[in-house]
Amino acid sequence: MGKESPDTILTIENLVMAFGGLMALYKPDIRVKRGSITAIIGPNGAGKTTLFNIITGFLKPDEGSVQFNGNSIKGLKPHEISKMGISRTFQTVELFDNMTVLENVMLGFHTKEIKSFILSGLRTSRLRNHENEIRKKSEELLKFIGLHQKWGEMANNLPLGEQKILEIGRALASSPTLLCLDEPAAGLNETESYRASSLINAIREKGTTILLVEHDMKVIMNISDQIVVLNYGQKIACGTPEEIQRNVQVIEAYLGDEGNYVKD
Amino acid sequence: MEQITFAGQLFQYLITGLTIGSIYAMVAIGFNIIYDVTEIINFAQGEFVMLGGLIMVMLHVTVQIPLVIAFAGTVMVVTLIGVLVDRLAIRPIRQPSVLTLIIATIAVSFILRGIGMYFWGKDPYDLPAFSGRTPILFFGAVIQPQYLWIMGFLVTIVCGMNLFFEKTIIGKAMKACAINKDAAMLVGINVNLMILLSFAFSAAIGAVAGITITPIAFMEYDRGAILAVKGFAAVILGGLGSFTGAILGGLILGVIESFGAGLISSGYKDAFALIVLLGVLFFKPSGLFGNIEISKIKRF
Amino acid sequence: MLKFSRIPVLIFSVAILLFPSIAQLVPAISHYTDILVFAGLYCLITIGLSLLMGYAGQISLGHAAFFGLGAYFSAVLTTRYGWNPWMVMVAGTLFTSIIAGAVGWPALKLKGHYLAMATLAFGIIVVIIFNEEIEITGGPDGLTRIPGLKIMGFAFNTVERYYYLVWVLVLAIFLFTANLIQSSIGRALRALHSSESAAMAMGVDAAKYKLLVFIYSAALASLAGSLYAHYLKFINPSTFNIFFGIKLLIMIALGGMHFLWGSIIGAIIISFLSYEWLQYFEELEILVYGGILLVFTVFAPGGLAAIPHMILEKVRTRK
Repeated sequence: MGKESPDTILTIENLVMAFGGLMALYKPDIRVKRGSITAIIGPNGAGKTTLFNIITGFLKPDEGSVQFNGNSIKGLKPHEISKMGISRTFQTVELFDNMTVLENVMLGFHTKEIKSFILSGLRTSRLRNHENEIRKKSEELLKFIGLHQKWGEMANNLPLGEQKILEIGRALASSPTLLCLDEPAAGLNETESYRASSLINAIREKGTTILLVEHDMKVIMNISDQIVVLNYGQKIACGTPEEIQRNVQVIEAYLGDEGNYVKD
Repeated sequence: MEQITFAGQLFQYLITGLTIGSIYAMVAIGFNIIYDVTEIINFAQGEFVMLGGLIMVMLHVTVQIPLVIAFAGTVMVVTLIGVLVDRLAIRPIRQPSVLTLIIATIAVSFILRGIGMYFWGKDPYDLPAFSGRTPILFFGAVIQPQYLWIMGFLVTIVCGMNLFFEKTIIGKAMKACAINKDAAMLVGINVNLMILLSFAFSAAIGAVAGITITPIAFMEYDRGAILAVKGFAAVILGGLGSFTGAILGGLILGVIESFGAGLISSGYKDAFALIVLLGVLFFKPSGLFGNIEISKIKRF
Repeated sequence: MLKFSRIPVLIFSVAILLFPSIAQLVPAISHYTDILVFAGLYCLITIGLSLLMGYAGQISLGHAAFFGLGAYFSAVLTTRYGWNPWMVMVAGTLFTSIIAGAVGWPALKLKGHYLAMATLAFGIIVVIIFNEEIEITGGPDGLTRIPGLKIMGFAFNTVERYYYLVWVLVLAIFLFTANLIQSSIGRALRALHSSESAAMAMGVDAAKYKLLVFIYSAALASLAGSLYAHYLKFINPSTFNIFFGIKLLIMIALGGMHFLWGSIIGAIIISFLSYEWLQYFEELEILVYGGILLVFTVFAPGGLAAIPHMILEKVRTRK
């Protein structure tokens, strides 16, 4: 509602999604500010991953609009959304286990590759040069995320913490303007979580907007600019970490009797 | 002599269609039982039918064993073959993926077909009809008594299966596997045994189909493949995982084929069922009675 | 796995190109050249199928139909209308590609068993058409007196000449396909095979790639079919039935679908089984094929090509 501010990179309005008799999402209006880190939290089943799947094209909502940079992306297929500049990771790590760490990242550059069937088959020098460039960029990206040493390892041989970092790296390859991270800290210990949040901050420094779903409160409260709280598919609160910590409804629905959460 | 009216002709097609449709329904039921419990489509289903017919020929015609005993014996042998298929071909696969299982059942169909060719050669074989070949005239249609036997067996099998799955413990256990294999395991159901039983049942039903159809349509070593594809068409038409669907799908398919062969072209007889299959797969994969959720959830 | 070293390919190429000369000197194996012509034609099909099954992870039981379409297109247009065989070959490959596109578009949306059955049904329908449209195809008796191939007076009218024609083509296609696998397209295919969701999220148009590979493999099969028609100079529908379609599957299962050269090994071995070793044991042929398929599926799903790898793994884990 109202004029779209150029500051807003993603607008979700009047979204309704039902599965059979179950209402998964009911009009959780959300505005994501460009260059910010926005977190979506809520108890299990609140609709967080459904929301992600709608934004990234894996689901089509029954009603409502999803606007990215002023363009509607509702109903687009995942690969089309990727081309528009939105990239994502998955709740259960979806690395390509038949490829090495480096190859996983190289795949991330797919939208920038030469995809001509004939030229690929003939392996022209232009193609080979382009491939070398992609390889170099991939290696740089691996350095950025700290996995450069393990470039030749099979992706599924990495410990979970590094797999999650790799998945983020792969998602960065396409130089997305919006990065959607689905539970980047799930299953990670303290050190690994810290590494993940540092990486996320570093990504934000470079100007990428980040939208994340997460359960780990420490990570959320530390890095988020804005938090949106969902419960039973509806938005029950939205604000800064301090505001959310003090919000009675949120505390009741989600944080339990914890009361004030101590920020580090 | 009665005039053969056009209506009579159509009625004839209907009767023939329902008869052959009953066979397709039996094959479809066999597919469904194995699929329900294991999520495997058994490409060798048609070979159970083929072996049913050929073994019956050997026992009843060559060795001259009386009909009922030969019938029972054939069903038992083919059931045993079904059990062996599960034990020797399906169970040993260490990394069961959809692709691997498809290929395994295709391999089994080849092996069974090879056995058929080795023992019976390439010739078609005939069986005497169960109660003779004196046709019954009914509203201008000629009904072979054997048709009634086929449809009768379908009804018996359907009732039998219903009773089994609704009223017996083992039947309910198999249904539990169909709904959720892991949960079934957790409550102590021996899933491997259930899988074995599903193969056994499918083989038995296939055998009955083979025995009953041979007096009408002969049987040769390589009939299995086309029967399996048509049986699958029936399953998909009715909706994968739906028992009622398998029956109705089979009957409808048989009727379509019969009318198509009679009214349009007999050379393209087999093609009608295949076109139905492609049509359903491309436009409505959940079939008439299936649930698209089931077909999506079930690991396809 | 994808470290494509040129040396084994070079050795194999030299060996395969030298073979006819050696065979001519040894009477006992002089007819092997003929067998290898067929093997080469089958290689054209299996290279494409291997890409489809091993890398894109899709199954087709109906590729015999594309082989048949190529063969009949060439046979009909050259015998009944006298067109130039080379032009017909190109046109036929294009025509089959279009059909493959039309069939593949809806079929590739299906998964697993559905796709297998759909391709099987398609294969059977095509053979029925070959049998029924007697006016065009000659029906069950097929077509005879198909002309041979020649370029500017040089006729490929001996076994040796046709051998070189076929195998030079096979090696060229092999290299082309190997390049594809190494490229970003190959990576996209492997990604699709591993996690379709993640690949799509990274911008890979799943439907487009699956269709592309399907059409490519169909085109190769059609090309092989045309060459087959001009070699044998006689075709009939029974060659292109589901039995052959599944034999192709066996070639790939035997050779190994994750390594491109597995498709060549598989085609050669099965060709020798068909035309040489099992020639007099027709009753056993089906059994042997089924047995091979089953044994390899259960014990060595990666095929022969994967065995060196399996051994290396065992050695490594034992240390």
